[in-house]
Amino acid sequence: MSTSSVLRIGFAALTATVLAAAAAQEGPDLGETPSPELVAAWDISVSPDGAGLPSGLGTAVEGAPLYRVNCLVCHGQEGEGLLNDRLVGGHGTIGGPAARKTVGSYWPYATTIFDYIRRAMPYLQPRSLTNDEVYALTAYLLYLNGIIDENETMNSATLPAVDMPNRDNFILAYPEP
Amino acid sequence: MSKFIHRESELEQVAGNGLLHRRLFLSQGAALLGAGSLGLLTARPTTAQELPAWMTAPGLGMSEYGQRSPFEAGVTRHVAAVAGTTGSGASRTPLESLQGTITPSSLHFERHHSGIPEIDPNSHQLLIHGLVERPLIFSMDALHRYPMESRVQFLECSGNSRPNLSATPPGGSCGDIHGMVSCSEWTGIPLSILLDEAGVTAGGRWILAEGADAAAMSRSVPMAKAMDDALIALYQNGEMLRPANGYPVRLFLPGYEGNISVKWLRRLKVTAEPVMTRDETSKYSDLLPSGQSLLFTFPMGVKSVITSPSAGLTLGGPGLYEITGLAWSAAGTIRAVEVSADGGQTWAEAALSEPVLSKAVTRFRMAWRRDGGPAVILSRAIDETGAVQPSRDELLAEKGAQVSYHNNSIQAWQISAAGGVTNVYV
Repeated sequence: MSTSSVLRIGFAALTATVLAAAAAQEGPDLGETPSPELVAAWDISVSPDGAGLPSGLGTAVEGAPLYRVNCLVCHGQEGEGLLNDRLVGGHGTIGGPAARKTVGSYWPYATTIFDYIRRAMPYLQPRSLTNDEVYALTAYLLYLNGIIDENETMNSATLPAVDMPNRDNFILAYPEP
Repeated sequence: MSKFIHRESELEQVAGNGLLHRRLFLSQGAALLGAGSLGLLTARPTTAQELPAWMTAPGLGMSEYGQRSPFEAGVTRHVAAVAGTTGSGASRTPLESLQGTITPSSLHFERHHSGIPEIDPNSHQLLIHGLVERPLIFSMDALHRYPMESRVQFLECSGNSRPNLSATPPGGSCGDIHGMVSCSEWTGIPLSILLDEAGVTAGGRWILAEGADAAAMSRSVPMAKAMDDALIALYQNGEMLRPANGYPVRLFLPGYEGNISVKWLRRLKVTAEPVMTRDETSKYSDLLPSGQSLLFTFPMGVKSVITSPSAGLTLGGPGLYEITGLAWSAAGTIRAVEVSADGGQTWAEAALSEPVLSKAVTRFRMAWRRDGGPAVILSRAIDETGAVQPSRDELLAEKGAQVSYHNNSIQAWQISAAGGVTNVYV
């Protein structure tokens, strides 16, 4: 075998090794198996189909006093906005010259209200509310926006079925149609 | 003959109102401009006989962690907090005071939704679960044993440059308007390695990414992006991430709107469909004139901005100046940046400082002989796909007056005869 053909074989082998390394970079496999309890406790995200909603229930009547204690200081007497976002009203303004985006006028999914209150609110004490309280506050915001009745119960079955007014006005930019 | 002296014929004008051939930079470099200077600093010459005090006694000793010169203390972020909600809001990078392409970690823009958590890395874990064969949880020690990559890439908030969408040009500096873009060397683990270990099952098309801040900020990430160039970032500019940038671990999605690069990363859940979180539906969606809204407009479009001269700076008299700024695009590298000094009537191509990297900011430079009259200077970037940065009018015509995010339109700075620089729309 000539020197040059040895070099060629050597080069080909080296190239193949480099390509294999680039194609399938391997990790040291140091992840541990989490307990089902840990996964359940950490998994607080709620999808539009209701996946992730916990048991529990609440109505707007129950939510009203909770709102006054936990939400009013930032969001106003009845969700009109104060230090922070307006939550109520603006219906019919989306698409006009002065769109007022609120939970009622803009948000496409009622499940997102539950998800967001549970993970992030009240601002100074997130994760302090019970699931029943989160359902009640969600119901209260839907009621203030004229979307459900005062005594309508919100739970894992009813909340995903709430018809949000702006639901059909969202278009997916990804994945491209 | 000094190399700093140029005959008039060498200063070839390439576009209106004094833009000069970029050969000026490529051949003579900074020397000429150093001599011309921008006239932005107040010179305080000492007398020839007097030694400066710092040459007459030993200076300070070493330190465990460095500080900048106290004479640079005025270079600060512009903080805009949301009233009543400590830790919620933004701070912007003073682009007008910086050079090169790497954003100092201490001046990196901030956008937090419920403050900066003080995370003990020994008490922080990253969970991967959902549509995977094996759910996995990683300690920070475990993550640090994984193979890593380092990449210089930009990060831009989707709401950057929003002030220029108002009906009249806002005041403030370049940083006040455009300072929610940065460029850092990010080092971390390709997310694909961790996902391969967990084994994404059929139908896993999205990943819910969630932070460990008090808002548990969460966004849905396309699986294709996660498998392409997503990093589980641990380091920024060579040292561990700053707390304000996600210490001890963040997601980094090159080119995508900043909000989706979730900081303080705690959980990745593989899902079939996007979770439709509050931030991706009610906040970072793009309202159209029709009243419809676009969901998941991730890439930040081709863009540039002149950082000097820019609003708030004052130029000296007539003479040679450097017009310089930054350009970037989620689509890859910057192919060219064109500059105008006559309000967009004529344009010339600026020099691009190496390295020109994909999904990084690129520094551009243009020699300009200011004749002392008024000028309006603009820059316009073109990326490797041929996409051209739009004018403000073009952007508004395409997206409508209600547009709120993804403003990548051209910035115009007006320079008065007196040397003052202000923000204008052209």
